[in-house]
Amino acid sequence: MNETSLNISIREVTKKYDQFYALKDVSLEIKSGEFMTLLGPSGSGKTTLLMVLAGFTNPDYGSVKFGDEEVILKPPHLRGIGMVFQNYALFPHMTVEQNVGYPQKLRGVSAAETKRSVEEALNTVKLEGLGHRGINELSGGQRQRVALARAIVFKPKILLMDEPLSALDKKLREEMQIELRQLHDTLNMTTVYVTHDQKEALTMSDRITVINHGELMQLGTPNEIYEHPNNHFIADFIGESSLLPVSIRDGKTSLNGEKIVLAEKAEKDGDYLLVVRPEKAFLADKKVKGANYFSGKLIDSIFQGESQLLVVKLNSNDDGQEVRVRVPNESVTQKALPEVGQTVSIGLKVADSYVVS
Amino acid sequence: MSFLNKNVSETQIRLKDRLWLYIFSYIILFLLIVPSLVVIPMSFSASQYLEFPPREWSLRWYENYFFAWKVENGFNDWMQATWTSVKVAVLTIFVATPVGTMAAYGLVNSNSRLSKILFPIFISPMMVPIILVAIGLFYFFVQFKLVGSIFGLVLGHSLVAMPLVLIIVFSALKNYDMNQEKVARSLGATRFRAFREITLPQIKFSIISASLIAFLTSFDEIIISLFVAGGDNSTITRSMFLALRDQIDPTIAAISTILIVISSGLLIIIQLIGNKENKKD
Amino acid sequence: MTIVEAEKLNQKGLQKVASNERFTFFGLTLPYLIMVTALIVIPVGWLFYLSFIGRDGSFSFENYERMMKSKAYIRIFITTFKISILTTIICAAIGYPLAYFMSQLSRKWANICMIGVLIPFWTSLLVRTYAWLVLLQKKGLLNNMAIEMGLITEPIKIVHNTTGTLIGMVHIMLPFLILPLYANMRSIDKDTLKAASSLGATPTRAFWTVFFPLSLPGLLAGLLIVFVLCLGFYVTPAILGGGRVIMAAMKISSNIELYFSWGAASALGVVLLVVTGIILFIASKLVSMDQLGNR
Ligand SMILES: Nc1ncnc2c1ncn2[C@@H]1O[C@H](COP(=O)(O)OP(=O)(O)O)[C@@H](O)[C@H]1O
Ligand SMILES: [Mg+2]
Repeated sequence: MNETSLNISIREVTKKYDQFYALKDVSLEIKSGEFMTLLGPSGSGKTTLLMVLAGFTNPDYGSVKFGDEEVILKPPHLRGIGMVFQNYALFPHMTVEQNVGYPQKLRGVSAAETKRSVEEALNTVKLEGLGHRGINELSGGQRQRVALARAIVFKPKILLMDEPLSALDKKLREEMQIELRQLHDTLNMTTVYVTHDQKEALTMSDRITVINHGELMQLGTPNEIYEHPNNHFIADFIGESSLLPVSIRDGKTSLNGEKIVLAEKAEKDGDYLLVVRPEKAFLADKKVKGANYFSGKLIDSIFQGESQLLVVKLNSNDDGQEVRVRVPNESVTQKALPEVGQTVSIGLKVADSYVVS
Repeated sequence: MSFLNKNVSETQIRLKDRLWLYIFSYIILFLLIVPSLVVIPMSFSASQYLEFPPREWSLRWYENYFFAWKVENGFNDWMQATWTSVKVAVLTIFVATPVGTMAAYGLVNSNSRLSKILFPIFISPMMVPIILVAIGLFYFFVQFKLVGSIFGLVLGHSLVAMPLVLIIVFSALKNYDMNQEKVARSLGATRFRAFREITLPQIKFSIISASLIAFLTSFDEIIISLFVAGGDNSTITRSMFLALRDQIDPTIAAISTILIVISSGLLIIIQLIGNKENKKD
Repeated sequence: MTIVEAEKLNQKGLQKVASNERFTFFGLTLPYLIMVTALIVIPVGWLFYLSFIGRDGSFSFENYERMMKSKAYIRIFITTFKISILTTIICAAIGYPLAYFMSQLSRKWANICMIGVLIPFWTSLLVRTYAWLVLLQKKGLLNNMAIEMGLITEPIKIVHNTTGTLIGMVHIMLPFLILPLYANMRSIDKDTLKAASSLGATPTRAFWTVFFPLSLPGLLAGLLIVFVLCLGFYVTPAILGGGRVIMAAMKISSNIELYFSWGAASALGVVLLVVTGIILFIASKLVSMDQLGNR
């Protein structure tokens, strides 16, 4: 086990508000030093779970262990975690230095040591020399960094963050995503990161836990979650996808009556959804083996900078199943783009063809 | 007169269409402020009768207030009453402010169902007709021999001041980000320490305003004092009311002037404090 | 056979933590609750009890019966309601335009006007009542001015009667109406009015169909506060009414001070409390309690 971090073991954590389950039997192992992201739509229970870890929400039952120690009954101030809130919750009546030094003051650390550790933390978040500023004199991004410095100044073994970047504009947010990840790699504490932004989760995490309606839906590396979603909720929520209803009878799969081939055989017969990621589908001028083909009418063609998004309505389908195809912006492909209204043929490699329930 | 065509509202109403509203509003504002101020010149009148404007000026009514010692019992009723009022009002601050603040903090942090039940109970002293509270307290205090005591007055006045403290501190806490207290606790502070070091410094101006308002409320209170005060412990407003029911004594103009000065002074302080707290956001 | 459910992980411990937490917060409100209980609930409950005790010391409705039969009491009820309703209506008629005017000003000017509303609010009630007495009396400023301007030849009686009482009460109650109403009007999104006029509403129409309905909660809150406070009013009618305007609170007071008649005073008090309670109950259905407290 690493000295700078602790593993977290969550078991059967359940929290009910009246008849409504905010968390339902959540069990989760977070490895020591791991960057774990809790991902889910708003209202799914992410904050509730984080607050259970921090000790601000009492679950109805369950267990939370930091290392080998059961902490579920411990008050928040004895848990020794660093925490960053969505709105930063900086103390406006204190300077940057006082904010960052506050945890050290609480721990009775000497003035000299506090000064040193505050400087170190400010350096880590690239705020050298801003210690004397008031909170109101900082930009949004700088406040974010102060909140972070305050949470890491006492070298906690566990860092909890609740949507820390959601108040920043897109460009700054993307920069901070990379910085936060680098910070984690340097300090190497266990980090639990909450976000509703799937792209952010994919960018930053070692592993992602997808939560919906207070229940754990899937746990895996970003790659696993993206490439092998467990069910249609995740397929839809993570990345872009078009979901086409297919049926499997006697082990044979068909979409609107036409036979298609899947990468892996489904275990049982029944109705499923075929996941078509726009970047995996392609425009097919001739049919070769090893791919499924659908034909349809191009109803929209949208220029998006790095790519062109084509919206195709499948022919055989009256109520208009739509499939999206992303064509990378290369000189060759751009020239060959079909016109809106044309009939086109779309291909999807067998290796990329999988279904979810 | 081109300014009359200036737009004065979102819906393109011009000033000349609105002139009546401006004039009306200024008249009403004038009538709100000025009538109370007429007591100021009256208080400097030399005459027994209330003439306006006074024909002759003097300080005799102030002298009467400050120095009119009743020979037979050797004390000045007005000064005695003033002194009682001040004592009671100061003590009311020390009862109503902590009690109201604690309740506001508890209320903000309780779940919404509990606070829905508690809130109407807490503001009931504002809602129950005050005369009823007064005679109820009188009856109650008779049993405990509290009628005419400073302690009884402080209890009665705290009761009326507490809802005001509660509302002021409650709304300050509502505007305050409780996550700050959570952060402090996650960083290692106990709940009490987090309140003292993080929350309290940020709502202190509201608490100070609340305590000034508690002071004013107690100082101005009449009806409870009318029943609960007595003997040597009459309050200034009670003495004024009793005097007013009988005759128009110009000494009251002098006292009123002093009261106006005190309450506008406190009001200005409260406003300044309010500005200070708002500016911080 | 009963199935004993196995204890879930840490269930007992967590329940204890949760109840400790709840108790901490409840405990903080306890001093307040105790004071309200000891100084309002019990004494008022005691009055309630007294109102049902007859002269011979047994349970009876005689206090209420006497009240319903007595012409004097009926007159007091009528006076109380008449004065309260008139005061409320006049306050609304004056306060609504003023609040509207203030809500249209820039923050800075509105705050300056607000001081105009707040100064009387915090000036001693007694001082203001006294000032009106001085202004309105026979040889007072108002009569003198009117005579000098030749409007009247003889001083007219505007105090020690209903008129004087109404003037004083409106002056005292106006801030209670304006404060919630102004807060409400400020919070109305100005864009709704712009939207209305862009959709073709005339200014007058935009006001009546958009602004006015949106300001109703504030108006209602203000009206209720004023009406309820008027019902229990004592000082101003006692001084400006000159004994000719007797409202319920004054009768309660004189019952006790002059006649030591606790039963009669309590019964009248209970009626006053019940009427107030009903109005506040209806109010709480219409506007949220927070708004009523918003002064
Ligand atoms: N104190 C509370 N009382 C009642 N319901 C709550 C409370 N806190 C959270 N919830 C509910 O629990 C659910 C999960 O909330 P939360 O964990 O904040 O979601 P997320 O952070 O994923 O957006 C939401 O539906 C929310 O309405
Ligand atoms: Mg959340």
